[in-house]
Amino acid sequence: MDIHFTPEEQAFRDEVRAFLTSELPADIASRVRLGRRLTKDDHLHWQRILNRRGWYAVNWPEAYGGTGWTVVQKHIFEEECAAFGAPRIISFGVNMVAPVIIRFGSEAQKSWYLPRILSGEDWWCQGYSEPGAGSDLAGLKTRAERDGDHYVVNGQKTWTTLGQHANRIFCLVRTDTSARKQEGISFLLIDMDSPGITVRPIITLDGEHEVNEVFFDNVRVPVGNLVGEENRGWTCAKYLLTHERTGQAGIGLSKAALAHLKDIAARERNGGGMLVDDPLFRARIAEVEMRLMAVEMSTLRILAATRDGGVPGAESSLLKIQGSEIRQAISDLTRKALGPNALPFLEEELNPGFDDFPLYRNYSAAPASQYFNLRKLSIYGGSNEIQKNIIAKRLLEL
Amino acid sequence: MDFNLNEEQQMLSDTIQRLVRNTYGFEQREAFYRSDTGDSPEFWRQLSELGITSVPIAQAYDGFGGSGVESMVVMKELGRGLCLESYLHSQIYGAGLVQQLGSPDQCQRILPAVAAGDCRLAVADEEAGSHYHVDRIECRATPCERGWRLNGRKRVVIGGERARYLLVTAHIDGTEGVSLFILDPKSEGVSRIGYPCADGPQACDLLLEDIYVEADDLLGHPGGALSALHYQRGRAMAAQCAEALGSMEEAFRLTLDYLKTRQQFGSPISGFQVLQHRMADMRGELELATSMTILAACVADDPGSGERSRKLTAAKFITARASQMIAEQAIQLHGGIGMTWEYALAHHAKRLVMLTHQFGDDDFHLGGYSALLDVPGRANHN
Repeated sequence: MDIHFTPEEQAFRDEVRAFLTSELPADIASRVRLGRRLTKDDHLHWQRILNRRGWYAVNWPEAYGGTGWTVVQKHIFEEECAAFGAPRIISFGVNMVAPVIIRFGSEAQKSWYLPRILSGEDWWCQGYSEPGAGSDLAGLKTRAERDGDHYVVNGQKTWTTLGQHANRIFCLVRTDTSARKQEGISFLLIDMDSPGITVRPIITLDGEHEVNEVFFDNVRVPVGNLVGEENRGWTCAKYLLTHERTGQAGIGLSKAALAHLKDIAARERNGGGMLVDDPLFRARIAEVEMRLMAVEMSTLRILAATRDGGVPGAESSLLKIQGSEIRQAISDLTRKALGPNALPFLEEELNPGFDDFPLYRNYSAAPASQYFNLRKLSIYGGSNEIQKNIIAKRLLEL
Repeated sequence: MDFNLNEEQQMLSDTIQRLVRNTYGFEQREAFYRSDTGDSPEFWRQLSELGITSVPIAQAYDGFGGSGVESMVVMKELGRGLCLESYLHSQIYGAGLVQQLGSPDQCQRILPAVAAGDCRLAVADEEAGSHYHVDRIECRATPCERGWRLNGRKRVVIGGERARYLLVTAHIDGTEGVSLFILDPKSEGVSRIGYPCADGPQACDLLLEDIYVEADDLLGHPGGALSALHYQRGRAMAAQCAEALGSMEEAFRLTLDYLKTRQQFGSPISGFQVLQHRMADMRGELELATSMTILAACVADDPGSGERSRKLTAAKFITARASQMIAEQAIQLHGGIGMTWEYALAHHAKRLVMLTHQFGDDDFHLGGYSALLDVPGRANHN
């Protein structure tokens, strides 16, 4: 047994750190750390820097421009990116639709879409959830009817993250209404500028425009945009969900958030002394740090097992639950650390230009909003209750 | 990173698993518990014959020289079998103290016999008011001609009645720090009051009234035992996490089987979602405890440092929380049958909870980790 990274992995970590030190723009990193808004350009800027280094498509096979990294290297990369305050990678293109295209797509689809994802020309969003199909995804109703060389799509998708930036959407649509739930579904790639598509913002409880509704009204989609076989889209969906679930523990993000929490607790006063010296608050930080240590060890165990050819079962569901709970717990403490200073809701303070004129401290505007925003962690990617169903099903052989 | 046992460790695991399975069935355990010794001398003899008593002890003293990982392998199986012998307190904690503090002569006198399983050790470091703080003790040692005189009272010395040597902590009059003495329990003036603990193993209280110990029987320097006590408690905590893990796995397995077979309202109760989610929660705690037990085993023998202390403290905290959660929920999911003495599950629940009363419970270690918390730019509270 050995809990240490190999010398090669350590060297890789140093290489990533050197890259981030020299290449990550300081203004972007500062916005990420303080929980400020990022623009589409911020994201694209960082994507281009990563792509120049060949480190954008970390999950792709090397033949398609991927890194060929081991799962351990990917973990190290994610951890360091989070620690340095790099913007999170918007997964929909590079880490979600791309693996599906690589696995199930035609040669034409691969050669058209993959380079455009790498270059940032295409911004993808995800058309999965519908008003009536959340956890019960296979209950989706958006229809695609064949009409000559086209599908005609009608219906509504929702919770479409950053759909306002996207020029493409990958959708699960129903192509056969007579078949069993999962069997009449197909996986379609759709241009967002097609006539008949309407995007409407959904403002979330923190006042942010992060998600959208997307309406399809007789949208004509070329048959060539079908990925895999007609009515076999559920296979693609399941494949994609396994990609979505790995890395959901968000260890790097939690570590960065915990460091930020400690920093705030060391700077916030608590009546007389500093908050970090308050025994109760300090113990709360201690507890979440210990739990994070345990989830990190569990993550490393799964990584090692995956590296050695194992297929994680109930463990990845457990990590999703535990990782999301810890991130929520840290965001809870970060909000509490500010006491009454967490109350003001001045949206302008979250904008980049507000950096120089904070009402209180430069870190005080985001925590309340972020706490509410992160309630999503236990809902998306298969809610934590769905994960428990999955775990129980395996355990109890249901 | 490699989380697999090597071939030798796997063989060790298989060997002890087989031995425990064959000799420590639940009814046999109950008979051992009711016997005069309160444990199984025959099982101890077999542990010794198979070389398992020698595993944690250094090769220089006829031991196997095993690391924290070997200790983990052994303790996990002893935990699964709810074994009553004080392997941890004698072979890991006690022998570790002698090895770290003892002179070559003292080590030679004691450790080979311990490794062979011929004699056991017990550590008397808790008192009525110490509450897991090994430095907050009242027992005193007064220098006298050619030795010391010990006075005081020690509580809950696990394995104390069967120990050939007791390792006793005391303050030496006029010196700072804690000292550790080797005490022959047969010495004049020593009284032992034996009893079983709530989870089965035997322990005793120790009354020391002007007990003479020879100058040679001080381990290390006067007042110089505290850092060794902390270090060896770290090793013991790592091993205890493994003991708890073995018991948790078994409690979890029994509960899982019960849910699949118990019928109510005309179907197996595994069909109820509220119970399914409870099992998933228990599985989650088990996963965290497994991870931290491995971490603890891997750092147990590292040189003492803040980092090692943090990891061992966190391991004990996470394992203690998991132990109590699994113990309580295993009983709850079993319903009435989980409350009965005649069913093994109840004894796992007791062991899991009462293990947290040794070397510090979750609150103690939450405080400990708080004090050690690393906040950049600030000294920690220790």
